[in-house]
Amino acid sequence: MVSSVAEIRASSKTLLAPGTPWRPANTGQVIRWLILFAGGVLMVMPIAYMISTSLKWPHEIYNLALVPNEPHLENYTYVLEDGRFYGWFINSLIIATITTISNILFDSLVGYTLCKFRFPGRYIVFIAILSTLMIPTEMLVIPWYLMSQAFGWLDSYWGIMFPGLMTAFGTFLMKQFFETVPDDFIEAARIDGLNELAIWWTVAMPLVRPALAALAIFVFLGNWTAFIWPLIVTNSVDMYTLPVGLSSFGDEADVQWELIMTGAAISTIPTLVVFLVFQRFIIRGVVMAGLKG
Amino acid sequence: MYHRLSIRQKQIVWAWAFLAVPILFYVVIRFYPTANAMAISFQNWNLLGDRTWAGWANYAKLWNDPVFWKVFRNTFVYLLIGTPVSLVISFVIAYHLDRLRFMHGFLRMLYFLPFMTTAVAMAWVWRWFYQPVPIGLFNNFLATAGIPQVEFLRSTTLALPAILAPAVWAGLGFQIIIFMAGLRAIPRSYYEAARIDGVSTWTILWEITLPLLKPTIVFIVVFSSIGFLRIFDHVFNMTTNDPGGPLNSTKPLVLMIYQSAFSDFNMGYAAAQTVVLFLILLVVSLVQLRILRDN
Repeated sequence: MVSSVAEIRASSKTLLAPGTPWRPANTGQVIRWLILFAGGVLMVMPIAYMISTSLKWPHEIYNLALVPNEPHLENYTYVLEDGRFYGWFINSLIIATITTISNILFDSLVGYTLCKFRFPGRYIVFIAILSTLMIPTEMLVIPWYLMSQAFGWLDSYWGIMFPGLMTAFGTFLMKQFFETVPDDFIEAARIDGLNELAIWWTVAMPLVRPALAALAIFVFLGNWTAFIWPLIVTNSVDMYTLPVGLSSFGDEADVQWELIMTGAAISTIPTLVVFLVFQRFIIRGVVMAGLKG
Repeated sequence: MYHRLSIRQKQIVWAWAFLAVPILFYVVIRFYPTANAMAISFQNWNLLGDRTWAGWANYAKLWNDPVFWKVFRNTFVYLLIGTPVSLVISFVIAYHLDRLRFMHGFLRMLYFLPFMTTAVAMAWVWRWFYQPVPIGLFNNFLATAGIPQVEFLRSTTLALPAILAPAVWAGLGFQIIIFMAGLRAIPRSYYEAARIDGVSTWTILWEITLPLLKPTIVFIVVFSSIGFLRIFDHVFNMTTNDPGGPLNSTKPLVLMIYQSAFSDFNMGYAAAQTVVLFLILLVVSLVQLRILRDN
């Protein structure tokens, strides 16, 4: 009996010995875990308080409790009632989606061309595109505004979208990833008689899918949260994107913080849900884009 | 025609066909506006009246504008506090998180979540936190603890760090993930060799880990510096009643540009400020790359 307990102890010890993931006996690790856990909880507190307050009654917002006494969705019905938030949501969704598709197509096409084709002027085109990374958006907003005014693009989807349809960052990222596609694959497809467009689309693109996903995440998130250009180019309430709408709503709702928190939650929750569903995938994409881009 | 071309010539034709639309885009939407912004910075123009050449007048006005120097200082305060603080915090968290296996993915998720939020939305959330009692969360906590109230957003000294906090908070997750990827890329054999030689953990950190992380650190420093120099969303939304206030104490350059161009319609003056912003970003990135690469 005693010996068997000792045996179990011994085997569990080897099981949890160095090299295995979890070592409950190591107090240092336990303390490290607890501190990091507390820090992590602190990190999500602003999000938690935003959601909690959006579920509270006005008299309750002074209450520090994270869980509302009587959670309800009245704030959401109130905020969504007049349809403005719904419209801004749709605007943001359309703009972010179209911009993402455009970047996926054009950035990868340009990246592919610069990576796999040999032609005079290749280097100059590459350097020219790369050099635009140095130019801050803020320097371009005045000329873009004048351009939009001249062509009647103010206050339209096209006006909000056109500056971001292609990005040097995406082009550079895709070029880096097309380097990993063996030239032999492309050569083989050429011998099979595929034209260059078909080779790009059916041979090369499927091989860089993870990079495309990373690019899509960055472009979508960037456009979903974009503020300064949509603020400048839109002037009617119907054309606002979610951040611009929320900004004007916050000002107008003044001190009704439970309503402001509801608006903030409406614009934040979709990206949080997407993140929670595709977590591993998104973190890998962020690392790839961050380190290669 | 096409059929008579050699394979090499066909490739050239395809390449330019693929690049035609993008080149047009980059010329019209990137290069022309850049030149245009520079040209406007030498003009007097209020959108309605005539455009007249002004020489260096906009730049001279900027040089003599006390608000500009205030704004210039603020912009660098955002950078000089924001970048080191977020660098140190994110490294410490990444370093320790890298050594934990138990619920590693869950902890990582907690730290990364703020990166997926919208800056405008979170600016309003933090603005609520900073309100005086009985509304604001922070002052409520202070009151419960019996500590005097702090007027975060109404103080000329505290408002800037108060606005910077959510910007640092939102960027941490990204930097932690990049640091962890950098830590993983260091070969384990280096650590094992050091441990066999009986080197202390602290020495391993300073002599092995940090030097090998240099490319990651350079990337994070440059990336976050550019972000802090261009801060706008948080400031605009946390001070809507008096943008950049109180008394311009939180106003960054991008907000000054926005106001000059789209509140005062002084396009020439605003364009001159954008050129200054461009030069600041250029110089700061180049200096950082030089310093961090050489050492």
